[in-house]
Amino acid sequence: MSLFVNLTLNGITNGMIFAAVALGLVFIWRATHIVNFGQGSMAMFTTYLAVTLLDRHLNYWLAFAAALVAGLVMGMVIETVLIRPLRGKPALNPVIVTLGLFILLEGMAGSIFGVGNRSFPPAFSQAGLTFGHTKVAFSHFDVFILIAVVVLMLGTLALFRATSLGLRMRAAAFAPEVARLLGVRVGRILTLGWALAAVAGSLAGLLVAPTVSFSPNFMDLVLVYAFTAAVLGGLDSPVGALVGGLVTGLALSYVGGYLGSSLEPLGALAILMVVLSARPEGLFSRPEPRRV
Amino acid sequence: MLDVEDLSVSYGAVKALRGVTFQAQDGSVTAVLGANGAGKTTLLRTVSGLVKQQSGTVSYDGVKLTGLSVENIVRLGISHVPEGRGVIEELTVDENLRLGTLWQFNHRERRSVLDEIYELFPPLAERRSRMASTLSGGERQMLAIGRALSSKPKLLLLDEPSLGLAPLVTAQIMALIQKLARETRLTVVLVEQNVRSALSIAEEAVVINLGRVVVADRAATVAADSQLRHHYLGF
Repeated sequence: MSLFVNLTLNGITNGMIFAAVALGLVFIWRATHIVNFGQGSMAMFTTYLAVTLLDRHLNYWLAFAAALVAGLVMGMVIETVLIRPLRGKPALNPVIVTLGLFILLEGMAGSIFGVGNRSFPPAFSQAGLTFGHTKVAFSHFDVFILIAVVVLMLGTLALFRATSLGLRMRAAAFAPEVARLLGVRVGRILTLGWALAAVAGSLAGLLVAPTVSFSPNFMDLVLVYAFTAAVLGGLDSPVGALVGGLVTGLALSYVGGYLGSSLEPLGALAILMVVLSARPEGLFSRPEPRRV
Repeated sequence: MLDVEDLSVSYGAVKALRGVTFQAQDGSVTAVLGANGAGKTTLLRTVSGLVKQQSGTVSYDGVKLTGLSVENIVRLGISHVPEGRGVIEELTVDENLRLGTLWQFNHRERRSVLDEIYELFPPLAERRSRMASTLSGGERQMLAIGRALSSKPKLLLLDEPSLGLAPLVTAQIMALIQKLARETRLTVVLVEQNVRSALSIAEEAVVINLGRVVVADRAATVAADSQLRHHYLGF
């Protein structure tokens, strides 16, 4: 029983992290219909920036914020410099560019920051909490992960539903040409989509880094699982990213706990195959095709 | 005044417009007529910047539009209701209308502009928080036109507003377009397959055939010329 509880708690925490990265994938997919394979390595890079600042004894939360801001800027620059010139070209071109970005950023991180494993300090204690006399695999830091991702999700929801910027973003995603005819500067909206995606990714990087051996490829597996989560939820649905993240997190946690952690990637593969064959548009996606 | 001068547009090897020249006067309705594939939609899409011209110019009130981006052309007071209406189904009626106001008005002005639109189209007011996907064809057309008007345009480009509508609804929409042109000095360029309806409200008519202007005259003159009608407009 306690194993089940611990696996569940662990699954929720991991699921929230997958959800944050999946949200980034969804932002970019919605705006530009590109699967961003660079999502994980962009987050890795900003997390390295944070740890570099921490090495220089900067305040933890300032370094944390700096990584988020760096993500914002990085997303904007990458969209403007690498993705925008490919607009109107075959859809595969920018996807290949994001693969190149993945290789480039990991290579650069290795040569700038070193390839060896390092440690990234957690914001809060990682010791398991005690309820009554039972110690569970859920720490203050895990609580922080939950709160941070929930805030990210609520912020996203508020942005989309309650602001005119969010209205512009939705219009640009659903019907870019009509949006332009109504005066929405769709190009800027796409840049912003990349920026927000990179911020969500950066946050995930900062939350993952203390829990793994921190090296330039620490986000690779997270990206694979987040991609599974995004496909499960439907690539264009922020709610789908959250639900897909949680389902993926829980499923992989049970697979890892009951069957052995080496089977987790296989579990992700199984989820992907089932979703893609049974419901390829995902759980929460809008039905395609649509007419404008 | 909209001034289209020797405009040519190609899609690859296909020439859609071949040296089109015409003017649309302020506060008037100009009907652009012609068979399927004549280049009418291309003409509107070039004016609003969605399609780049090969040669020639489009200018509005002396400002050259060719070369400007779609978003900047909108900001000169030019509103384009695309073919098939372009209502965004995933947004509510109110959100669709608000979109057209975002680039210029402050919060209070937006509300009052929207109230005006709802007054003009009472069925939309009743459905303001419904998803646009739940609207009927006539309501969608009202929404598309209302949304185009919400930016307070000086020039309105309408692409086939009668498409798929019942005759009575078409008549209502046409009457409204005529009223807007007369009362608010709105300039309207109306692309239509429904030639009778269009000629009934237009002052000027431009007939396009295979990318060329074959006639540009008073609408009444075009309507009275049975040979021309028969040859190019099919009735």
